[in-house]
Amino acid sequence: MKITEKEVDYVARLARLHVQESQMQRLTQDMGNIIAFADKLGELDTEQVEPAAHSIVVENVLRADEVQPSYAREDIIANAPHKQAGCFSVPKIVE
Amino acid sequence: MSEYEAVIGIEMHAELSTKTKIYCGCKNEFGGEINTHCCPVCTGMPGTLPVLNEKVVEYAVKAGCALNCSIANLSKQDRKNYFYPDLPKAYQISQFDIPLCADGYVDIPLESGTKRIGITRIHIEEDAGKLLHDASDTDSLVDFNRCGVPLIEIVSEPDLRSSEEARVYLETLRSILQYIDVSDCKMQEGSIRCDVNVSIRPKGQKEFGVRSEMKNVNSFRGAIRGIEYEIARQTALLEAGGQVVQETRRWDDAKGESVSMRSKEEAQDYRYFPEPDLMPIRIEKETVEKIRQELPELPHVKRARYVSELGLPEYDAGILTEYRPTAEFFEAAVAAGASAKGASNWIMGDISRILKEKDILIDDVPFSPQQLAEMVQLIESGAISNSAGKKVLETLFESPKAPKQIVEELGLAQISDEGALQKMVQDVLEQNPQSIEDYKAGKDRAIKFMMGQVMKLSKGKANPQTVNALLKEELDKR
Repeated sequence: MKITEKEVDYVARLARLHVQESQMQRLTQDMGNIIAFADKLGELDTEQVEPAAHSIVVENVLRADEVQPSYAREDIIANAPHKQAGCFSVPKIVE
Repeated sequence: MSEYEAVIGIEMHAELSTKTKIYCGCKNEFGGEINTHCCPVCTGMPGTLPVLNEKVVEYAVKAGCALNCSIANLSKQDRKNYFYPDLPKAYQISQFDIPLCADGYVDIPLESGTKRIGITRIHIEEDAGKLLHDASDTDSLVDFNRCGVPLIEIVSEPDLRSSEEARVYLETLRSILQYIDVSDCKMQEGSIRCDVNVSIRPKGQKEFGVRSEMKNVNSFRGAIRGIEYEIARQTALLEAGGQVVQETRRWDDAKGESVSMRSKEEAQDYRYFPEPDLMPIRIEKETVEKIRQELPELPHVKRARYVSELGLPEYDAGILTEYRPTAEFFEAAVAAGASAKGASNWIMGDISRILKEKDILIDDVPFSPQQLAEMVQLIESGAISNSAGKKVLETLFESPKAPKQIVEELGLAQISDEGALQKMVQDVLEQNPQSIEDYKAGKDRAIKFMMGQVMKLSKGKANPQTVNALLKEELDKR
């Protein structure tokens, strides 16, 4: 896949990143290289290999449905940049 | 003008009634103090790791079995990436390409008969937090108690053709989820929410029209009204020569209209990828079989049995089986000796009326099914009248004790003794010669009047059927 400035701009927008015009060329090239590297893997014949989301075979890591103590409210919001009335506070969301 | 047909698909999100959240041990409980059911995992603190709650898998598989799905032998979880302040990690852990359950169906009872609605898939995911908008003009506050509450999303095939079918579908699903005890389905607490996809097409056309999606409808009534609104809106658009655009709309229940949120041209790109922090879920066939075996009798099976075994009308069977505790109350009353029709009439009639007045559920009825059975038997044996039964019932709601004792205390015993009634009938006839003439002249109202007089004389305790028979007998003699 050929990476152009269009792709970089699209990904940046999805990730809410502001990309300076001056960075564009370098980022496009970097991203192109990364994708090209990943494409290299596609050259392998994986016909006989099952798709895997993980590289180690561990399954069913589960926990029992037992209540554990939660944190105190003040500890949960202790590091919040903005807080109000025991809540995290964010700029007003208008739908 | 061509006639249009609607094509509707529904995604229903149901909160699972596990004790804890999906990836941490915080309480899954509605109504706690703001931000008190939270920990670093469910508030998305850096460096924390989720661990899947085993009950979430079990409940989802249970739902899958009840909805005739095939259960994936190997399944995984994925990240769905988007930014919103109620989602602290900026991704929701969900399932993308390998849901736990797929390819099922549910049969829904319509007036025209049973219709099979396809279930595309059921997957597990985490709920988001709750935004509070009213506290301030400039800020929204975030409560993360709900963040990480386990959900199943049940996706239907686009098999529904009207708002009525959608209503029955939603009610059937709710009933099943309650029966199998995986969700309390309390709409007022937001336990179920729906996304509704609607398109229309000229009748007879095979291809689907362009659809709109209504997000986050939080009541069945809202869903039904929303669907009706969309069908009307799209029909008007097409008839005016316009086109429906694919878009996401938000249903505004207060205004009774849907408004465009974003058009699909700038389609959401969630950049799903396998969740690296969670390992695959393997479910053995034996486990699925065991869960399937343990499913309770489902509402449609119960319903059919009430008709075939107990001889109840379809209508009664439908109402009694919709909510599992109602069915259980009914069955316990029948087991205790009430006739099926008798128990059914009281539950559907006076009991449900009083429940509504008191705004409580049948779960919280203060008396036992056995006490209802005793009351029904008292009526059916003629010991008390139907109207005395109503008084017994009201007393049962206030201070539950043995119906026989209530009958005694309130002096409600019915007079069925023919000798005593005969005397009253004679008295009434003697005092009302005009009524006798009216009766002879064919006026039906006359006998009703005399009935009333006898009832009055007996202080409401006379057995009406006996009085009626005696009156007719006496009148015909004269």
